Amino acid sequence: MTTPKIQLIGVKKRFGSKVVLDGIDLTVEPGSSLVIIGGSGTGKSVTIKSILGIIRPDEGTILVDGEDITHINGAARDKVMRKFGMLFQGAALFDSLPVWENVAFGLIQGRGMARAKARDIAIQKLAKVGLTEDVAFLSPSELSGGMQKRVGLARAIAADPEIIFFDEPTTGLDPIMADIINDLIISTVKDVGATALSITHDMVSARKISDKIAMLYGGKIIWQGPTGDIDRSGNPYVEQFIHGKAEGPIKMAVKA
Amino acid sequence: MNFLAYIGRAVMTVLAQLGALAIFTGRALAAIVSPPVYFRLILVQMMRIGYFSLPVVGLTAFFMGGVLALQIYLGGNRFGAEAIVPQVVVLGITRELGPVIAGLMIAGRVAAAIAAEIGTMKVTEQIDALTTLATNPIKYLVAPRIVAAVVSMPLLTLVGDSIGVLGGYIVSVYSLDFNGPAYLKNTADFLHSDDVTSGLIKAAVFGFIVALMGCYNGFNSKGGAQGVGNATTYAVVSSSILILAADYVLTALLFHK
Ligand SMILES: Nc1ncnc2c1ncn2[C@@H]1O[C@H](COP(=O)(O)OP(=O)(O)O)[C@@H](O)[C@H]1O
Ligand SMILES: [Mg+2]
Repeated sequence: MTTPKIQLIGVKKRFGSKVVLDGIDLTVEPGSSLVIIGGSGTGKSVTIKSILGIIRPDEGTILVDGEDITHINGAARDKVMRKFGMLFQGAALFDSLPVWENVAFGLIQGRGMARAKARDIAIQKLAKVGLTEDVAFLSPSELSGGMQKRVGLARAIAADPEIIFFDEPTTGLDPIMADIINDLIISTVKDVGATALSITHDMVSARKISDKIAMLYGGKIIWQGPTGDIDRSGNPYVEQFIHGKAEGPIKMAVKA
Repeated sequence: MNFLAYIGRAVMTVLAQLGALAIFTGRALAAIVSPPVYFRLILVQMMRIGYFSLPVVGLTAFFMGGVLALQIYLGGNRFGAEAIVPQVVVLGITRELGPVIAGLMIAGRVAAAIAAEIGTMKVTEQIDALTTLATNPIKYLVAPRIVAAVVSMPLLTLVGDSIGVLGGYIVSVYSLDFNGPAYLKNTADFLHSDDVTSGLIKAAVFGFIVALMGCYNGFNSKGGAQGVGNATTYAVVSSSILILAADYVLTALLFHK
């Protein structure tokens, strides 16, 4: 068996007295695309941010390529970060910089590439997500939500990462733009040969972009399996979620 | 018992806050002295913090110098000491009012702007995005602002000092019938270089306080637009209080002979 690209073992995280992650066990195989589904506020973003080192888990171990990265810092952390690309929920573009510099940011700041060269690469990456060169010189605030997501995607793939994270890539987009983004995710991930870990509550998107689906509920992964098996999971929580029913075992907390 | 628990909790909260601020300060200082140094960002921030603050600092210093001259004249009049105006004005401005006025103006203008900008970056996940692009947010955002503020504030204060003395001169000569050349001679003869440098040292410290409190509150803002608004308020209030407290401590230290 190959070494998993990402492995979470018993990861726990709480904020104050509120337990968000209560022992997450999860494995992502190299070159595969895993989607974590779950309701709002169940800790999907916290899971991704724990892997990225933005949030430090209270307990548990996180392995990337078999290396324990749970507690590493400084240069060792930077080295692991270079394997990652991330598309944020709200795109999180730097509004003080033009579009091309957003895309080139990791190349210039993270890797010390010359600005002119980084700009050429940024324009290539923008073309990959269907944006023309004139967009490169606009400010992010001049773009629509869908275009911001595309720029965020271009930024995530700019440095040819080995692992790309997508936080609710289609949330807040109209169905057509959502489908365009889904297609772009599939093509760009394949293009750079990356492993993908996405989180979403959009089942259309989840089915389309994943090989495997895992469901997060109550701080644990309560079901996982190949995407094709999701309709015969036999799990009442999964059933309720994928059919979007108010009735069922899942009780929505009113307060996030 | 409930009351004691309440006090205990309040003390713990304050201690936790101070601890968090101390850790943040330590990380900021470490980021300033370790490579790489972002010269471009420092220059941009110097423009924003220093250059664009010139009008407000100049105006307030001018009126402060004028009113100081008038007050000293009226007060000195009571015991026939009105001739002392040029000396007291230049001393008061260079040692005290120049740096403090510049500091408070910067606290209002710059601490607020820094907290709002960094706070917005925080709640829109831009700071997390920096981390994922292998860039240390403290190094990229905090260090350049602190360096720029520490360098800009003494320069701003020097300009403010000059304009303040000018304000005193104009009021004295055109409204209080002082002799112009004699006023300037008295000012120059009386002034020691220590008076100016002590003010500039204070200014540098005030610059540090303003940038630090702006960044700290921005980094700790939570929960959307209201959180950013709160961060801005805290940044202005805390840096203003700290400036006046530091002013006292620095005066005691610098003039302790
Ligand atoms: N930095 C934080 N501090 C305190 N609470 C947090 C923090 N980040 C997330 N939470 C809480 O953790 C829970 C899960 O959040 P999140 O992972 O963002 O949910 P989602 O599954 O919608 O992505 C939420 O209740 C949220 O309020
Ligand atoms: Mg989320």
